Amino acid sequence: MINENLQPERFITSTCLIRTNSAYKNGMAEFQRPGLSASDFLDELYRFERLDYPKFHKMDMLSKLGLLAAEILLKDTDHRGKYQDEETGIILSNTNGSLDVDLKYAKTMHAGASPALFVYTLPNIVIGEIAIRHKIKGENAFFVFKGFHGNFIAEYVNGLFNSKLIRSCICGWVDFLGEDYKALLMLVETTRTGTAIPFTVERINQLNNENYG
Amino acid sequence: MDKLMAELKRQIIERLNLKDHKPEDIGDDQPLFVEGLGLDSIDALELIVLLQQDYNIKLSKAEDGPKVFYSVRTMAEYITEHSPSKTPS
Repeated sequence: MINENLQPERFITSTCLIRTNSAYKNGMAEFQRPGLSASDFLDELYRFERLDYPKFHKMDMLSKLGLLAAEILLKDTDHRGKYQDEETGIILSNTNGSLDVDLKYAKTMHAGASPALFVYTLPNIVIGEIAIRHKIKGENAFFVFKGFHGNFIAEYVNGLFNSKLIRSCICGWVDFLGEDYKALLMLVETTRTGTAIPFTVERINQLNNENYG
Repeated sequence: MDKLMAELKRQIIERLNLKDHKPEDIGDDQPLFVEGLGLDSIDALELIVLLQQDYNIKLSKAEDGPKVFYSVRTMAEYITEHSPSKTPS
């Protein structure tokens, strides 16, 4: 068993979970609207967060979900002030890729395919949207797995830190298909803050299995 | 022309998901791109599709794009010139 006290190098300093019409920051309910469709819920969350980012309305659902999760994750963290643009990585994963918008795009192909939908038909576009919004230019990658893979996230992100490619990382899970969605983002840094928890496989999986409801 | 421009404003807002805008927010001569309405290159492609689908007009020369899509008025003028039978009366 790993003794977390002996591995002080990396910490999860902020988390955001969005699922089933609820958004949580660091385990605390940030916003809840039962009964709304997934699309309406994300639009309501956008308004609640007062983003004033018109491009949001043009995004596919996966990007909207990821962008909102990143917004809540980084809120009140002074992340921008602490790191150069190239020092933050974004490592995301999911199980449905960009299938939600792929299906919508396929429906438009018979009557003039929509360029606005086409540009979102890759899952890593959500990374680009987060990077543009927060001026992040570090290492990034999007992985598609059968399910949540805490061990892989820990190994990959730790590899980037060990290679000194990054000094902080936004990582986790962003998945959207139909009315099913979940985002779990973690901010990983090398400095411990008040509420930080060790960046270990056990803690990552624990966060993924958390049921705040 | 006024009716066509009003219809174009409604279509642009709907097609480009400009949810924070109302038709009256878009000036007839306001630039659509960059400093004006802030549209981007993907929006330009959507406007080309809009011309094809809703007005049966195919932009014959790509280099005409910036002139045609400069404003709602230039779009309306292009539509009127190239497909008068498709414009709303």
